[in-house]
Amino acid sequence: MNDKMTIKDMNLHYSEFHALKDVNLNIGAREITAFIGPSGCGKSTLLKSLNRMNDLIPGCKIDGDIRLDGEDIYGDMDVNLLRKRVGMVFQKPNPFPMSIYDNIAYGPRTHGIHSKAKLDEIVETSLRNAAIWDEVKDRLKKSALGMSGGQQQRLCIARALAVKPEVLLMDEPTSALDPISTSKIEDLAVELKKSYTIIMVTHNMQQAARISDKTAFFLLGQVIEYNDTETLFSLPKDKRTEDYITGRFG
Amino acid sequence: MKLNKENGMKLVFFLAALTSVLAVALICIFLFAGGLPAMAKIGFGDFIFGRKWKPGNNIFGIFPMIMGSVCVTGVSLAIGVPVGLFTSVFMAAYCPKKIYRVCQAAINLMAGIPSIVYGFFGLVLIVPLMNSLTGKDGSTMLTASIVLAIMILPTIIAQAETSLRSVPDSYYEGSLALGATKERSLFFVVLPAAKSGVIAGIVLGIGRAIGETMAVVMVAGNQPRMPAGLFKGLRTMTANIVLEMGYAADLHREALIATGVVLFVFILIINLAVSMLNRRTFHE
Repeated sequence: MNDKMTIKDMNLHYSEFHALKDVNLNIGAREITAFIGPSGCGKSTLLKSLNRMNDLIPGCKIDGDIRLDGEDIYGDMDVNLLRKRVGMVFQKPNPFPMSIYDNIAYGPRTHGIHSKAKLDEIVETSLRNAAIWDEVKDRLKKSALGMSGGQQQRLCIARALAVKPEVLLMDEPTSALDPISTSKIEDLAVELKKSYTIIMVTHNMQQAARISDKTAFFLLGQVIEYNDTETLFSLPKDKRTEDYITGRFG
Repeated sequence: MKLNKENGMKLVFFLAALTSVLAVALICIFLFAGGLPAMAKIGFGDFIFGRKWKPGNNIFGIFPMIMGSVCVTGVSLAIGVPVGLFTSVFMAAYCPKKIYRVCQAAINLMAGIPSIVYGFFGLVLIVPLMNSLTGKDGSTMLTASIVLAIMILPTIIAQAETSLRSVPDSYYEGSLALGATKERSLFFVVLPAAKSGVIAGIVLGIGRAIGETMAVVMVAGNQPRMPAGLFKGLRTMTANIVLEMGYAADLHREALIATGVVLFVFILIINLAVSMLNRRTFHE
């Protein structure tokens, strides 16, 4: 499998705090890669470095080399173009306070698509791909804030898909959702990996075991172990990984 | 004993609260009692829509002054709203901390400057400037509108900035994550989300502009005729009252009070709009 994103010798500081230490990871294309580990271990921080959302945080300094298809994302690449190619779904569903249609159309409009027919098509395809079309097709003009949490999160996934990204970052996408919504999102992720590269941060080890192809275990800003999900969960090499996945801490 | 003390304090608070209610009620009664009979005598239509104001001939039509107030307020909004909005976006999203303190102090100070000082500023700076620009009298609709625009800035900026800041960061981040620029995120996601607060600020600004007297009197020219363009003088309702109240008597005096009634109704409508907007914000 070829690598979609590569992270080499990456270090990240929040002012004085050394949040990520010597991270080396290769993210395979059209796979689901899960980041697991206890709170504060840096997995979300790493995720946000992959589409440069960390740029918003004052005092955040990144060294090392992160590449998307071989291109240095902290180099000459336009940050808005990077974020179009590397989409993100947040922990808390964050639909914009506008209609369902406008939520989805916002991204394509941002990138210069204004034809009504084209937008209609993108909206439908994105909602279908996010497995929510049937639930919302009759109320596209209604406010997105009136939807349930699980629907909102799938809407946010649809919104991310609408700009045709290559990579989808998911930051604990199900932590605010009930079990039924969670399983819908998980099914969706498995479906989406046919066409997208997915990187998912999760607190839920069963979730990582269920749906991911590769898993990276983080502890105190370091990648302790990175392997095929099956291997990592059945035959962890590192004692700390074993302790974590068997529930001895974290 | 303790109970008595408590009841006593309750009474004090109640009386204090009553003062403001009573004041508003008295103003209402005075205005309407003083103004309505005059309106009846002149004829409601003739008074509101009459285009001539000639107190010497007992002709009292305040339509020119109503239009004067509306025009001057409209133009001042056209100048003040964009400037105020951009300022509030700057302060909420772009401003470095050091500059922010200076900006905020300046805006607070602006809100506290007496209107007569704004009038002076207009009189010694903007009027001569207009004069040399147009070659005619510098006391014009535009002059008054510029002065008013400056005066409503602090109201608009403070309200808009507060509501911009209350928009959750997650909207802004969500937009950036889709590849939108900072500007697009602010103007197409954050600003619309703050809409009702921003509009409330603008409406408050309208209230301030339409009720402003001293600054306007000093720079507007005050001719009691229909507004005839940006570079012509005009007279507002407030100016009409303050200019003539000193020597008016009988029906003339009552007509001025009736002008106050019309102004009062305008302010009433504006306040109603604000409270409706606020209610909508709470429900969302």
